[in-house]
Amino acid sequence: MSTVIDEVTREPVEGRTASRTRDILKITDLHAFYGESHILHGVNVNVKEGELVTLLGRNGAGRSTTLKAIMNMVGRRTGSIVIGGQETLAMKPHHIPRLGVGYCPEERGIFASLDVHENLLLPPTVSSGGMSLDAIYAMFPNLFERRKSQGTRLSGGEQQMLAMARILRTGARILLLDEITEGLAPVIVQALGEVLVKLKASGMTIVLVEQNFRFAAPLADRHFVMEHGEIIEEISAAELSSKREHLNKLLGV
Amino acid sequence: MTMIFGVPMAVFMGQLTLGLVNGAFYALLSLGLAVIFGLLKIVNFAHGAQYMLGAFAALLAFNILGINYWLALVLVPLTVGGLSMLIERFLLRRIAHLDHLYGLLLTFGLALIFEGTLINWFGVSGARYATPEILQGGLNLGFMFLPTYRAWVLVAALAMCLFTWFMIERTRLGAYLRAGTENSQLMQAFGVNVPLLITLTYGFGVGLAAFAGVLAAPLYPVSPTMGSSLLIVVFAVVVIGGMGSILGAILTGLGMGVIEGLTKVYYPEAANTVIFLVMILVLMLRPAGLFGKEA
Repeated sequence: MSTVIDEVTREPVEGRTASRTRDILKITDLHAFYGESHILHGVNVNVKEGELVTLLGRNGAGRSTTLKAIMNMVGRRTGSIVIGGQETLAMKPHHIPRLGVGYCPEERGIFASLDVHENLLLPPTVSSGGMSLDAIYAMFPNLFERRKSQGTRLSGGEQQMLAMARILRTGARILLLDEITEGLAPVIVQALGEVLVKLKASGMTIVLVEQNFRFAAPLADRHFVMEHGEIIEEISAAELSSKREHLNKLLGV
Repeated sequence: MTMIFGVPMAVFMGQLTLGLVNGAFYALLSLGLAVIFGLLKIVNFAHGAQYMLGAFAALLAFNILGINYWLALVLVPLTVGGLSMLIERFLLRRIAHLDHLYGLLLTFGLALIFEGTLINWFGVSGARYATPEILQGGLNLGFMFLPTYRAWVLVAALAMCLFTWFMIERTRLGAYLRAGTENSQLMQAFGVNVPLLITLTYGFGVGLAAFAGVLAAPLYPVSPTMGSSLLIVVFAVVVIGGMGSILGAILTGLGMGVIEGLTKVYYPEAANTVIFLVMILVLMLRPAGLFGKEA
């Protein structure tokens, strides 16, 4: 009985959200190749504006490749990737960020030949409404203190902050974040979590590739589980508690 | 007469100046090579030929169109650099995904074509390009006689080197270049038009070579082969300096010029080989070069 009531009360809310927000990122039957190797086998993912979704899965499941494929950084792609209503499969790599996409690579990609300030100013503005330099330095005070240091002299946590901060300046509204908590101390991970909450509250759309499920779980609206280059399961935040065990099995933790 | 280590002061200072002037050319050329190699990962074997084209363009512009030296100093690097952008856009870009060896072979082939074509038209004897009137003659500094044109070359080359250093180390475009040298794929994922950046960089590097060519025109016989002999030495200079730093390339260029010049004073027989001896020494002791970053 109670489940019926639940369904009834929840239905209109979800319906309203769905009609109000559109898919800002819609990936359909995406295949990706590196040379001869076929990495993604028909990935389907949709992300609504303002949503935070995760791509979960074991190493080599194709999560990072999915983000790279969105950025047109893999060898060859087929299928469809629509960003903000625009098909991007035929676009040049440097045109994709201009649709408002910010990419934070797994290896962080901090430039050794640039100091922290230059690293921060490096990515060109893609649209108006990005965070100001002052706001960024207020959000990441460590970076301000070390702004004259060589980018790669920062600690791992600071480098990660820098890699995030520099795409916030550009006005990107869709953030693709690859393993941002990897190898970081718990206190830094917690700080990153707080940053993500703030960004989500400001209306950013975030796709998070994560290994650290405990970090991702409380932040995300939905989780996509990948295996062998495919999405094998989609789990909403509401279903999480009931599917926890199933998910652990899928992730092999 | 004052003697320095058994050599008359005037002779010593004369060779020092000569060495510095040669070093300025090494610096300009190795700078261009290093900038191109950084972003394109191609050893530009056409660099010597493009330096030669700079000198020839100045000569022909003067003989045919009456364009004077000063105008040539501006127009020739822009023209040769601009045309080289077409080479990058339509030839080098097509093979950019292949092994970098192909880029080396292609630019080497281009160098042979440029040289061969000009040899066919003008022969190898070389022509003279008149020194602009205002830079003729020299200054008597008391301890030595300083030819005005050599002094000018030194000043102009160093100014261009410093300009390049400023552009690369202190401007936004330079930050793109440095970052692109490290990780061009990520730069493109930030929305930077890397293919365009590559074209501009190649044009700029070649423009530096052409600028050096115009500077060299009144100094050396303008001949189709003037670049190929110089290029080998410049490669050695790049190896000695390493690819890491702009200032490193400039200092190494000047330093090698001076070493070469002074060897001419004390042991002329070794003057043509001393740079290569230094190169071997550096390769044994610091394989990444004096200013290069160890991989």
